[in-house]
Amino acid sequence: MAGLGSGTSPRLAGFVSLSLLVFVAVIAASPDPVVGANETLRRPSGDSLEDSHHHPKNSTEHRKAFPVLAFNYEHVSKPFVISLWILLALLMKLGFHIIPRVSHVVPESCLLIFVGLLVGGVIKAMDQTPPVLDTKLFFLYLLPPIILDAGYFLPIRPFTENMGTILVFAVVGTLWNAFFIGGMMFAVCQIEAAQVGHVDLLSCLLFGSIISAVDPVAVLAVFEEIHINELLHILVFGESLLNDAVTVVLYHLFEEFAHEGAVTVGTRCSGWSRFSWSPWGSHGGRHLRRPGSLHVPLYVTLAGYRAPLCLPLQLHGLSLCRGLPSVRDHVFDCMWCNYAALCGSQHLPQVLHHNKVLPEDVEQRQRDTHLHLPGSVDSGGSSQLELDLCHLHTHPLPAVQSAWSHRSDLHHQQIPYYQTYQKRPVHCGLRWLARRYSLLAGFLLTDTEKKDMFLTAIITVIFFTVFVQGMTIRPLVELLAVKKKKESKASINEEIHTQFLDHLLTGIEDICGHYGHHHWKDKLNRFNKTYVKKWLIAGDRSTQPQLISFYNKMEMKEAMMLVESGSAAKLPSLASAASLQNTQQRAPPKRVIPSISKTREQEIRKILRANLQKTRQRLRSYSRHDLFSDPFEDNMSEIRFRKQRVQMERRMSHYLTVPANRQETPSVRKVWFEPEHKVYTYDDSESPRDGAALETPPDSVSLLSESSQRPGQSSTVKKRRRC
Amino acid sequence: MGSLQSSPSHPDYVDLAEKTGFSLEQISILHKRFKQLSHNEDKLRREHLDQITDLQANPIREQIVEAFFDKRNFYQDIEEPVNEISFENFLEVMSNFRPPSDNLSEEQLVKVRLEKLRFLFNMHDTDKDGTITLEEYRHVVEELLSYYEALENETARGIADAAMLEVASITRGHMEPDEFYEGITFEHFLKLLEGFEIESRMNIRFMNMDTTTLCKLECGK
Repeated sequence: MAGLGSGTSPRLAGFVSLSLLVFVAVIAASPDPVVGANETLRRPSGDSLEDSHHHPKNSTEHRKAFPVLAFNYEHVSKPFVISLWILLALLMKLGFHIIPRVSHVVPESCLLIFVGLLVGGVIKAMDQTPPVLDTKLFFLYLLPPIILDAGYFLPIRPFTENMGTILVFAVVGTLWNAFFIGGMMFAVCQIEAAQVGHVDLLSCLLFGSIISAVDPVAVLAVFEEIHINELLHILVFGESLLNDAVTVVLYHLFEEFAHEGAVTVGTRCSGWSRFSWSPWGSHGGRHLRRPGSLHVPLYVTLAGYRAPLCLPLQLHGLSLCRGLPSVRDHVFDCMWCNYAALCGSQHLPQVLHHNKVLPEDVEQRQRDTHLHLPGSVDSGGSSQLELDLCHLHTHPLPAVQSAWSHRSDLHHQQIPYYQTYQKRPVHCGLRWLARRYSLLAGFLLTDTEKKDMFLTAIITVIFFTVFVQGMTIRPLVELLAVKKKKESKASINEEIHTQFLDHLLTGIEDICGHYGHHHWKDKLNRFNKTYVKKWLIAGDRSTQPQLISFYNKMEMKEAMMLVESGSAAKLPSLASAASLQNTQQRAPPKRVIPSISKTREQEIRKILRANLQKTRQRLRSYSRHDLFSDPFEDNMSEIRFRKQRVQMERRMSHYLTVPANRQETPSVRKVWFEPEHKVYTYDDSESPRDGAALETPPDSVSLLSESSQRPGQSSTVKKRRRC
Repeated sequence: MGSLQSSPSHPDYVDLAEKTGFSLEQISILHKRFKQLSHNEDKLRREHLDQITDLQANPIREQIVEAFFDKRNFYQDIEEPVNEISFENFLEVMSNFRPPSDNLSEEQLVKVRLEKLRFLFNMHDTDKDGTITLEEYRHVVEELLSYYEALENETARGIADAAMLEVASITRGHMEPDEFYEGITFEHFLKLLEGFEIESRMNIRFMNMDTTTLCKLECGK
């Protein structure tokens, strides 16, 4: 979303955004126009839209002359308003990103709330009823893409490794939050001075359960921006994912209790049973990422493979059409969406962009809609108290939790737990708030006054956390010098060793007879590989191990760098630089890795691999017992060529040796190094058949010599090439 | 320490605990496992380890098994080729996988890290000459990739080559034309895995071993 800043001038864009904002506000607040010729507002932007809708209808309905412009707002109101909202959201995001100074201080969510307030204020000023976000709309339409987005971007390895800690925070923490807040509120309400003695325990508990689940969207956004270290990030992220289930079940539990009037043992038991199952349901869906899913990859292989653009739609469609019926336990929905998301993410890199954009818009829409809440901002006194309570309780609990989880942490990472505690999501995010709000919209309190009071309290909490804590999180993080993520260089050695360690630890666990974490992970992987992937992923990607994909990505990256390091005119030299026997003219590879077509990718891969293969073939023929005997040389007619090759082999760096024997010149690998770690696999083995068909050698020469820092070698290269 | 005892004898265990750092409970559990694997003999041999069914599916099982019989991993110097190990040796090897305790100082942590990396290095360096040559590294990569069938050999070799190049570039940087890179020495290995938090990754929670699995295996065998 942030890639847009460079086009227009900031001022112009800002102005456009502002004017459009005003337009939108006015539009949204316009009273229902009369069908027919009466024009109430001038709306140039909406005209064409209206016109097309209106034409079929206009003939029969009015006596005036055929109108050129007419409004049929009722006809198009719903989708129109929705599109307007989305447009508004996009514009705000655009404007927001164009002004960097603001974005540095104030997190996005604050600004968006502010905008929502503005629009709401405008609407109210026109005495219109703003659109209200109801439960159904939220849970069925808005929530799934959000959860999809969250599940999609879940980094799976750190998540599973820290699962225990995350669960502690999510389940235990949320439970504690809910009960503590509920209880404290009840206690406070008993105090005569607050004049809210009529609030019963159940309402307080209900309120507590709503408030308790924290969802630190703003915090996560900041974390991602500053590349905070992985552990902290995944803890916060994972917890935000999982605690929803807990809170939803709690809420429904209390809701049922409220209905029944009396809390019997039976209801308590059923409540607990349902409760204990729900977190598993919620995160069970997430956990199913590795084994792949059932539906999404099928789509990929059958249909979407040829039409990658369809994929985002399919994914979203999946997330929306949940076959599972229960609306009561929204955990199913959460689970399903996550399930689809996680499974899809393994196979759908294109969905990334799309997924990012849409949920953010959705979120923003919720914020705006939510905030047009007409005046329930009354009973300020009690809500202030509640606000204080909420923030009181949060501090001892996370400290305890963090300390405990630090002990049992699988990784024993050395992050001081107080830092974790401080960064803990005591911040409530907006995704959460929308959820809470929609729950409250169906808040089953008989007393409207209480409802309003609670609503106010929630809104106050939200405002406080978003504004105050959202703005302070960044300076706080910097102040406490939280560890940032190490800039990993995508080292293939580390990748190799990661996998090696996995297998090693699994083996050791087997020897110990200990069915631990690695054992089960390994079993899961094997299951995934042998059954699931084979059926669900098309082509040879199913058998492609992670190391290979990693390596290929690296190769591609280096090839890209190779290409880009030469000038644009030398683009065809990618092929030639990599493999000199490549004769066909290839189209220049695109710069963006994900957008390379599969065939192109295959080509490049083949080229690179073939090049390595050639070198290796050379190796075999150049075994340690042969002194400079090269089968190719016999075929070469030019002695000069031969001599130069020999010289080259000796003089170029012999980085790798097969034998430890140093007597010969073990030039097993013609690899030429650049200090910038660009590895040119320089294929030395120009087989004779290629001599005739050498293509663009000057390109490759100059390419190599440009960046070469060894004049001796470059000259020999040049000499070689001239053949 | 090879004497067969049905009940843990504390003086021996205490001795071992001091040497290897395990707790007494962990030692007794491991001893049970050792006896299970070795069919109540004093010494464990390679074929005992080969009998573990789960281990058969592991792509690097050879190296794992070898690691147990690698005299470099033992504290005392044993000259002859090791074909059977005692419980003490077993524990010594296992102690490489012990998570570092919480109250270690900075240099102790570094020491732990060095030990673990040394263990890894020994696993790679199969001919025991102190360097990991290209061939050995290739072997590692091939084994890792043999986990997945349908693989061309060239890919494995390509990856290993690329990996070696990376090492060379990290450690030697710009090399003269006449130099060549013999192999990864231990120092290079350290440098290579600098960013790799091995002290927190190469751990097994020995405390959580449940004896039910041990019983099951016993009956199963």
